[in-house]
Amino acid sequence: MLQFLIRRILYMIPTMIAVSIVAFIIIQLPPGDYLTTLVASLAAQGETVDPARLDALKDRYGLGQPVYVQYLKWMKGILLEGDFGDSFGWNRPVSDLIWGRLALTFVLSLASLIFVWLVAFPIGIYSAVKQYSIGDYFATFIGFLGLATPDFLLALIMMYISFKFFNQSVGGLFSPEFQEAPWDWARVVDLLGHLWVPVVIIGTSGTASLIRIMRANLLDELRKPYVVTARAKGLPEWKLLFKYPVRVALNPFISTVGWVLPTLVSGAAIVSIVLSLPTTGPLLIRALLQQDMYLAASFIMMLSILTIIGTLVSDLLLAWLDPRIRYE
Amino acid sequence: MASDAQNSNALIEVKGLKTHFFLDEGTVQAVNGVSFSIDRHKTLCVVGESGCGKSVTARSILQIVDHPGRIVEGQILYHGDAAHNSAGGEVIDLAALNPRGKEIRSIRGKDISMIFQEPMTSLSPIHTVGNQITEAILLHTEMTQEEADARAVELLRRVGIPKPEDRLKAYPFQLSGGMRQRVMIAMALSCNPVLLIADEPTTAVDVTTQAQILELLDELKAELGMAILLITHDLGVVAETADDVVVMYLGQVVERGDVDSIFHAPQHPYTQALMRSIPKLGVSRHLQRLDSIRGMVPDPYNRPNGCMFGPRCEHFMPGRCDAADPPTIQLATNREVKCFLYEDEANSGSSKFTPAER
Repeated sequence: MLQFLIRRILYMIPTMIAVSIVAFIIIQLPPGDYLTTLVASLAAQGETVDPARLDALKDRYGLGQPVYVQYLKWMKGILLEGDFGDSFGWNRPVSDLIWGRLALTFVLSLASLIFVWLVAFPIGIYSAVKQYSIGDYFATFIGFLGLATPDFLLALIMMYISFKFFNQSVGGLFSPEFQEAPWDWARVVDLLGHLWVPVVIIGTSGTASLIRIMRANLLDELRKPYVVTARAKGLPEWKLLFKYPVRVALNPFISTVGWVLPTLVSGAAIVSIVLSLPTTGPLLIRALLQQDMYLAASFIMMLSILTIIGTLVSDLLLAWLDPRIRYE
Repeated sequence: MASDAQNSNALIEVKGLKTHFFLDEGTVQAVNGVSFSIDRHKTLCVVGESGCGKSVTARSILQIVDHPGRIVEGQILYHGDAAHNSAGGEVIDLAALNPRGKEIRSIRGKDISMIFQEPMTSLSPIHTVGNQITEAILLHTEMTQEEADARAVELLRRVGIPKPEDRLKAYPFQLSGGMRQRVMIAMALSCNPVLLIADEPTTAVDVTTQAQILELLDELKAELGMAILLITHDLGVVAETADDVVVMYLGQVVERGDVDSIFHAPQHPYTQALMRSIPKLGVSRHLQRLDSIRGMVPDPYNRPNGCMFGPRCEHFMPGRCDAADPPTIQLATNREVKCFLYEDEANSGSSKFTPAER
């Protein structure tokens, strides 16, 4: 098991390097660079740029140098000093901007994932065990509806309903008085009070697809001979269900964490804009529109790394759950 | 009376059992009026082609017929003896019990246990061998986990698994096919059943292992004093292991009797045809094609009228075999055949019909 863990973590390193390279290439793709955009923008406002500052910045990012040198300088800054470069749009270091938002994005994604699991698991089992019952048809109907409804539309509907009927605004993750407040217990409670709305909205389609997956997996497993063996031992039906087929059906359920996580993150972007949530999504889109290259690259890299970590966690869970993977 | 003496030795009496599957396409009469009995300490083999209902018959005894199948008629009388297990000397009609009820569950795995065809898929891939063996022990007895583990080791050793202590923690995919089937047997024996149902236990293993498994079952039968219901389509297996034989065709028993008379004097045209389809070593030096039964097993939704075997039978009598269901005729004690050919003999009381010479 330890060997498996070490091997998996070692595999992560080249993936992360590749991700950072791709992220950097993406920020280099638009024509021009950070400084030309900066100069152009300042010139448009009728200001002149101090050539000394320009040279200092040029030197700092190695602009004008080959791409690989720039990449190495950027990586060196990140690895040695935690310096992700400066954001053009915000005129602040990227690291000042991203951590808070990354943390909130992570909290939102995790909460959505837990929500998806808690809802999809029992409904999926019910749907499989009572296949073709009224309850199964109902769950299937709701599931397809959830899959087909775009998240942002759901967000708009939720906002409308809560504003119209409850006279309450659902935008944001905090109440106005906690917006800029330092972290304390009251702020956490306030966050939890706001969190459930985006969690439900973001989680809907994930829940719907996981219900379908759980149902299909369990239906497969319920027909396996080992279920009959267990029944022939005299086990009660519910005990048998959870010990054997549900346990085996969980495998694909867990491996979906790997792909559900990025879907949640990307789905969160549009919903976050609609609900004006202080997560990474809106900031990333704004950074991309403004060619705020270091900010965008840092976000892309960090989100990719989160996904890699998510996959690792799901792989470890799988290995823990399934001896066939562990002993491979 | 002779029949009483015979019944006192019966462990399971199946009477007029009908198990049907209710599908959208129609009703499949998988088991359609089957009667036989399993004697204590004896091996009964049920033979027949694929789809003749032999497995469903076996599963009906434990009430583990898969949905949408269910027992619609008949009795399965279990004569439990006072010395053993839950029955306490009473006669229980297993067919009348609720398939999900407590009573049938207390019999499953304890009084009557079962082993299956595919030892790979019949064991859970993600639970250890030890976990799966001790499960039934912990369920049906008062043993602690440690005692159950010790019992599992003892069982694994008995079924011929080397280093049983280590194997307890092994997973099924780490064992060979033969070993897995031994684990299945150990699992089935864990509560000293009075009846072991083996549903084609040797189909999925190679011939050498097959012989070992059958030998093991035979030894265990003598040692533990249990009866065995062996489901197979392999007549060689029948000849080797059976005391009594039931021949099934399309959900019905066409002939039953002791193994010697079934093999040496088969009465039903289907049994006779089956016997001719066995390859014989050294009987004929020159090339001779092996006999096969002509025709195909009929579609389950489209069963023939009258005798089920009629359309494939060499002795088919138009107007008789396709007009009515042939009666079951008692030829001797424990010897029955379901065929019109024997009706007149039975009525006139003359000597047995001799199988057609070829």
